[in-house]
Amino acid sequence: MKRELICIVCPMGCHCSIEVDATAPKGYTFSGLTCKRGEDYAIKEITEPTRMLTSTIRIEGARLPRLPVRTSSAIPKERIYECMGMINALRVTGPVSMGQVLIKDLFGTGVNLIASRSL
Amino acid sequence: MMSMNTYEIIIVGGGPAGLAAAIEAHKGGSQKILVLERDRELGGILMQCIHNGFGLHIFREELTGPEYAERFIREMESLGIEYRLDTMVLELRDDRTVDIISSEHGFETLQAKAVVLAMGCRERARGAINIPGTRPAGIYSAGAAQRFVNMEGLMVGKRVVVLGSGDIGLIMARRMTLEGAKVLAVAEILPYSGGLTRNIVQCLDDYDIPLYLSHTITNIEGRDRVEGITIAKVDATRQPIPGTEIHYDCDTLLLSVGLIPENELSKSAGIRLDPVTGGPVVNECMETSVAGIFACGNVVQVHDLVDWVTEEARKAGHHAARFAQGQLKEGSPDLVTRAGHGIRYVVPHTIRVGNLEQEVDLMMRVTEPCKNKNLVVRHGETLVKKVRKVHLTPGEMESIKIPVEKLQGLSGELNVCLEEVAHEA
Amino acid sequence: MIDITIIGGGVIGCLIGRELSRFQVKTLLVEKDSDVANGTTKANSAIVHAGFDCKPGTLKGKFNVEGNAMYDRICGELSVPFKRNGSLVVAFSEEELPELHSLEKKGKQNGVPGLELLSGDEVRRKEPRLSKTIVEALYAPTGGIVAPWDLAIAAAENAMDNGMELRLDTEVVNIERIEGGYRLLTAKGDAIETRVAINCAGLYSDHIHNMVAEPCFKIIPRRGEYFVLDKSEGNHVSHTIFQCPTPNGKGILISPSVHGNLIVGPNAEQVENPDHVETTAAGLNAVREAATKSSPDVAYAAVITSFAGLRSTPDTGDFIIGEAKGAPGFFDVAGIESPGLTSAPAIAVHVARLVRSFFGNLTFKTDFNPVRRPVVHFSQLPNEAKAARIKKDPRFGRIVCRCERITEGEIVDAIHRNAGATTVDGIKRRLRPGMGRCQGGFCGPRVVEILARELHIPMTEVRKDRPASVLLTGVTKMGAGG
Repeated sequence: MKRELICIVCPMGCHCSIEVDATAPKGYTFSGLTCKRGEDYAIKEITEPTRMLTSTIRIEGARLPRLPVRTSSAIPKERIYECMGMINALRVTGPVSMGQVLIKDLFGTGVNLIASRSL
Repeated sequence: MMSMNTYEIIIVGGGPAGLAAAIEAHKGGSQKILVLERDRELGGILMQCIHNGFGLHIFREELTGPEYAERFIREMESLGIEYRLDTMVLELRDDRTVDIISSEHGFETLQAKAVVLAMGCRERARGAINIPGTRPAGIYSAGAAQRFVNMEGLMVGKRVVVLGSGDIGLIMARRMTLEGAKVLAVAEILPYSGGLTRNIVQCLDDYDIPLYLSHTITNIEGRDRVEGITIAKVDATRQPIPGTEIHYDCDTLLLSVGLIPENELSKSAGIRLDPVTGGPVVNECMETSVAGIFACGNVVQVHDLVDWVTEEARKAGHHAARFAQGQLKEGSPDLVTRAGHGIRYVVPHTIRVGNLEQEVDLMMRVTEPCKNKNLVVRHGETLVKKVRKVHLTPGEMESIKIPVEKLQGLSGELNVCLEEVAHEA
Repeated sequence: MIDITIIGGGVIGCLIGRELSRFQVKTLLVEKDSDVANGTTKANSAIVHAGFDCKPGTLKGKFNVEGNAMYDRICGELSVPFKRNGSLVVAFSEEELPELHSLEKKGKQNGVPGLELLSGDEVRRKEPRLSKTIVEALYAPTGGIVAPWDLAIAAAENAMDNGMELRLDTEVVNIERIEGGYRLLTAKGDAIETRVAINCAGLYSDHIHNMVAEPCFKIIPRRGEYFVLDKSEGNHVSHTIFQCPTPNGKGILISPSVHGNLIVGPNAEQVENPDHVETTAAGLNAVREAATKSSPDVAYAAVITSFAGLRSTPDTGDFIIGEAKGAPGFFDVAGIESPGLTSAPAIAVHVARLVRSFFGNLTFKTDFNPVRRPVVHFSQLPNEAKAARIKKDPRFGRIVCRCERITEGEIVDAIHRNAGATTVDGIKRRLRPGMGRCQGGFCGPRVVEILARELHIPMTEVRKDRPASVLLTGVTKMGAGG
């Protein structure tokens, strides 16, 4: 199966494609890429794509009604909406400090949801 | 008349530029520094930029806007630098006095030995781009929408079209989607996006939001609230092509059509502005045409990365401290930089070689996207510096560092341009 | 029963309300929108015409010159900025000269003072940015500029200070005759009983008239589109520059606005109904093209907004002012197109006289105060006064609109005055936040917050303008999976 991608490793933004090929050194053949880092990105993007998720949660007892939050590192892309559901249901009471863990170990990935400012 | 409060350095603006300038001025030995911030907290626009992608160059990690700001705010507070919130500078004069007001302190006039301008930029408005149609509710600049959604927790609409593919517009397309809105399309009048590729992939492609390049909005409908928007393809002169219209039923239009340096105060002080950047003309120390008034960050040129704002602000803060301590050599510049073929502008505009400590960092933007060019600095016919660039786009600022040795003894023009790469064996 | 009900809170209705508030009668002004000055009054050329182009003997001719002469006093009493900047009608060729000279002649017949014909060179000495093709011009020193919404709002406020009642969001949908007067039925479902009704419904005045009397006129909305340029261009010209009029109107003008911007427009286009307030690419292009004739180097890059307004043009050719036939106590003040703004103060006095004689006589209030409590324009105060003002009310120390330098204190005052603002556009109209360079990008969220706080409503209920102009559609955290 062939997949079309835009590489985001560097500002070049190579339009490329990747295809499973058991005979190739990395198990895939590539076209349109100009560097090795792009190949690794493309493999990750079709096997286990991940994304950082940033959002806000409800906060009470603070100067603002919303607290910005983020995942401590990237989470599986297909879990984003599920994670948004958890974020939307979450409420905290201030004060909260930057980096404070709000949800531990999202989906058993070891990734936490943390506050991205003090409020 | 009340006795005038005096400071060594007054910094106008407590966003990323102002914070970094203040810290650097303090490190440079300035004792009495005051940062003036018009908002209710420090951090500037970063406080509403809750997405990640800040700090890769400065901190070697990916932070969100508020995190990036908070690191600087903490550092500034730990250094004991004085700041005032909810304080607006009404006027700046070329003798480095400022009139300020605040609820807490009322009206005051302050005197500084050096002033650093760090007011940032503002978004271009709809009128400036003349979209025909009605003027209903539901038309927001991307930045205003970002403030409502991220800081106030309020939704600006349910079905959204975005005009302009600047990064804030792309980021807001994803934010609105994740908050349950339907983003129908992003239209960009240019044949390329002004936003980072990464944002196109992760904010649009990830959520199947179409990006229409070479498209603009030709009509807005709705008497009270936006009810519909028509976009159409444009020709080479950016005029809509009849028959290419696409209509959307929507209730919201977000505008992400560019940023303009905020220089009302600079004008009041008689500071010379560059019509291309919209910001002050500056020298190697980030000093404006008025001696002792420095400028940095988006007030000088609209940056694409906050990291470069920080770097530029450190430079301004450092040299403002030198000026306040009488260490800068005044006088006319040795060199004037010039944007040559393929280059839209160059900052700084002038160089006094005697004030350079190690090198000068020329920052610039190209006029259009291109690949495989040499970015070249020449003094007359003499090559001063050449850098091979694989990929160039107006959306990404370029910089060239030139060591001071190479400029020693030179005067006249320093020409920056793009040249073809010679075929090498 | 209410003595007098004015239908429509445009500049005409508001000024009539103020005139009637001099008398010991119960006066009510009803307005269908959420603010006064919300129709034609908010979107027109904002010119106080000298009065040379009206046909002598018409109501337009009479009230224009009378109204013009009243402006200094009324704007003084109501603290409304007004400037007699003078106007120039320019002619581009010998062929236009007969028209220009006939304007001068009509002007003299109408009693316009100070008219003068200038040569092309004399014109360009006055206005160096005007076209070299201009051969002659008619100069009228009494021409002026004013913000019509300022005048209407100030008049409504002053009328209320003197006892008038104002009901917003009150649309009259039908009128019944009752013993000794009329019953006005509103869209909300309530009824207002009144002895006298005055129809100042602008674009809708024919509909209102037809609820009571035999149809005898029709309003044909004519749209005009305009550019507004940044204050940096406000000095492009100092006089109001007209071209020779055509059957379609006074033509495209270029003028400074009383708030320091430059205004260019309008074209004239008949539209189907009063909801067509959209601008069009073709219309704006036409404005630009025509204006280039007067001044070739207007910096359109400095346009900060464009807008369209509707003229309530009557099919009768003149203002319709007086008691409707067969409807005693029902007065029409309709078809008030240009020079309606200029004529408004004189029309108001005239209508008050008609109403007074309808009642036989009305007693003057002894405590009528014609002077409106002055509005503090913080940015224009001297520094000592700024300091004193903040000390008195710290909210004046907080700038909300950066472009126009408007403080929270001014916004709060604009909300709590009589005829105060209830919407974002209402604030904008009174104080101009959102009218500057950023067009509300920065101050928009803050203005919404202040309106919500002062009106004791949630931010999601704050509106831009009319009730359906919802700004915020809900709260976050309700989306995907929430």
